[in-house]
Amino acid sequence: MEFGPHLMLALLEGAVTSAVLALTAMGLSLVFGVMRVVNVAHGAFFMLGAVAAWWIADLVGAHPALGFAAALLAAPLLVGAGAMLADRLILAPVGYDPERTIVATIGLMYVIEQTVLMGFGPDARPVAPPFDARIALPWVERTAEGLALYWPWGLSITAYKLFVIAAAAAILAGLWALMTRTGAGLVMRATQQDRDMARAFGVPVSRVFARVFGLGAALAAMGAVLVVPIQQAHYLMGGDPLLLSFIVVIIGGLGSLPGTVVAALLIGMTDGIVSVFLSPTLAKIVATLAVALVLVFRPQGLMGRARA
Amino acid sequence: MTQPPRPAPTRRRALATFGAAGAAVLLGDVARMAHAQGAGPLKLGFQVHRTGIGAAYGRWYERVATAAVARINDAGGIAGRQVRMIAEDDGTDPRRGAEVLDRFANLHGADLVFGPLFSNVVIGSAPRAAELKMPYFVVSEGHHVASGTLNRYTLQPGITDVKSQVRSVAPYVAANIGRKVTMIFPDFAFGHDHREFFTDAIAAQGGEVIAQIPVPPTETSFTRYFPRIPRETEVLYHVMVGPAVLTFVREMGEFFGGRGPALFGFIDSLEAVDIASPGLEFLEGSHLWEGMPRFAQPDQTGHDARYRAAVGVDDTGASIDDPRDVSTYAHMFGVWETLSVIKAGMETAGYRGPSDRPALIEAVEAMTDMPLSDDHPQGDKLFNGRTHQVFGRQSVSRVEGGRLIRVHETSIEDTLYEDEVDYTTRPF
Repeated sequence: MEFGPHLMLALLEGAVTSAVLALTAMGLSLVFGVMRVVNVAHGAFFMLGAVAAWWIADLVGAHPALGFAAALLAAPLLVGAGAMLADRLILAPVGYDPERTIVATIGLMYVIEQTVLMGFGPDARPVAPPFDARIALPWVERTAEGLALYWPWGLSITAYKLFVIAAAAAILAGLWALMTRTGAGLVMRATQQDRDMARAFGVPVSRVFARVFGLGAALAAMGAVLVVPIQQAHYLMGGDPLLLSFIVVIIGGLGSLPGTVVAALLIGMTDGIVSVFLSPTLAKIVATLAVALVLVFRPQGLMGRARA
Repeated sequence: MTQPPRPAPTRRRALATFGAAGAAVLLGDVARMAHAQGAGPLKLGFQVHRTGIGAAYGRWYERVATAAVARINDAGGIAGRQVRMIAEDDGTDPRRGAEVLDRFANLHGADLVFGPLFSNVVIGSAPRAAELKMPYFVVSEGHHVASGTLNRYTLQPGITDVKSQVRSVAPYVAANIGRKVTMIFPDFAFGHDHREFFTDAIAAQGGEVIAQIPVPPTETSFTRYFPRIPRETEVLYHVMVGPAVLTFVREMGEFFGGRGPALFGFIDSLEAVDIASPGLEFLEGSHLWEGMPRFAQPDQTGHDARYRAAVGVDDTGASIDDPRDVSTYAHMFGVWETLSVIKAGMETAGYRGPSDRPALIEAVEAMTDMPLSDDHPQGDKLFNGRTHQVFGRQSVSRVEGGRLIRVHETSIEDTLYEDEVDYTTRPF
């Protein structure tokens, strides 16, 4: 493939990865920022979202678009509700202690994975995309008569992948509005800044925690619902999103939402370009190396504030 | 951790009639009278990929193994002894695979172990089988048995290996599809067998492999690999495994948008996948290797029909109970035929207990011709006792109207190659 179309394809693939990653990592970052909980079960919530999407789409059974729309609405709600329950049953009783919550969420991850394995089975299952037009993209080339348009092999994107990028952007804009323009967001930010002071001002911190944990899991589930028409639901699919989300959140600055978006773009695009031009394994190596460098030279992350 | 196999009452019923058929029962009864000495049932350990990346194969391998064991028992068992199959999940993981062998030897007291498909599991478990002196009948297609890397206790009498498969179909590819080939394959032992042997085989036909693209078997997104396919490619040779094969094929169609090279694939890329799935229309007219044709062909044998009924598969290769549950038809006959070989081997060797394991292996090593029969429904076979590998016919099918139609069948001679090992000279 020539360099130009190749790069274009890499950027498009990178944009899709970034979009889904931004959603997933945002959930992780939000939970850490507000609750100081390192949620190792985040990838399991992602997987649960994908499996729920398959289940709902299969249940609705009508036109793929209808099933998908139902899944996009209901799957995050279901997963969010499950996460709130987990917060009440598991995280609250251990008092949100940082070390104990890590162990607790590791356990939660295994419980979710094995439950899905027993109920849903070990197979990968597809969800039909709501629309599936392939859009071939042209490229210019220099010919004897000057510049001319041509359609290179493989330079294309599907309408659905464009929709994923747009939907992720819209959900992130909605999240930004929620955090900065509503009372609920104000309460969350207050809890993030100073938990004890917020409680003193009458903020129901434990209820905020439950909602934040639910919202974080719902964001992962939304990312999963968007990705499942491209990738299929499978009980082990949570591993990669978990790793990449941690990478993004560490690079962006733990708890910094703008930092998370910037880092998701950075990692998603690098992943797209490195994996298309060189190899996907190398892309993971580069991302992990970036984390190491950030931890050494800027431990608070690109946009995080240094803490005393 | 594991889940029980799904019950399939219709299959059982089909089996009852099948197994009860005529002479087999009579012979079984005679054998039972001759050999019944109060000995308990024979215990066959079944190493199965219930979870992990091989789960789709594992589910069907288990259904076939269950049906084959029921058939053997209905016909009087092995040398008059009933057979009990003990299944253990290896998670498609080499380390777990070796642990499972330990469990079979020490916990269950199994007489032998059979059944694994994925080459990483086979390569990881076979050394342990030799240490435990446990006959290990693999159904894996890998060339590692015949290449001499494994040991005297590991045999592959039920399924042909990749080397013979690719060598025998390469002339068809070169003559009918194209000569400039790009290969895309899973990046582990099984895929490497394809890479090595097809590259040599197509060169021998005057063709050339112009690019080789390895993909990790756990990959979930593939578009990023396709730009490395050179434009002058005439044939894209694809073989993929793992839970994401449907995504692989669909993204391949999206990438080319109907303007790509001709496709020649191994059915592995589509095993357990409905070929009429949305997004796969582009496969129309493309060619696939099959170990055994998924769709019942016009010249279907009675053996194929009875085998389909016994394992609960209809004429399109899907489960009789659920047409969306497509089988791994091109591979799973290997389990059935392996169990036929085990039965024949044990009866010839006069197997009575673990001390007769070397005799069992020698009995299997002595086998040669295996004619087309209900024991070998895929077709006649030729077993090579020195290399522990069986040889059989291969099919090339073409996708026509959403069905796989066989357009070429190789002879057994096409699949033969020179011995690379003589396991019979190795001590037990």
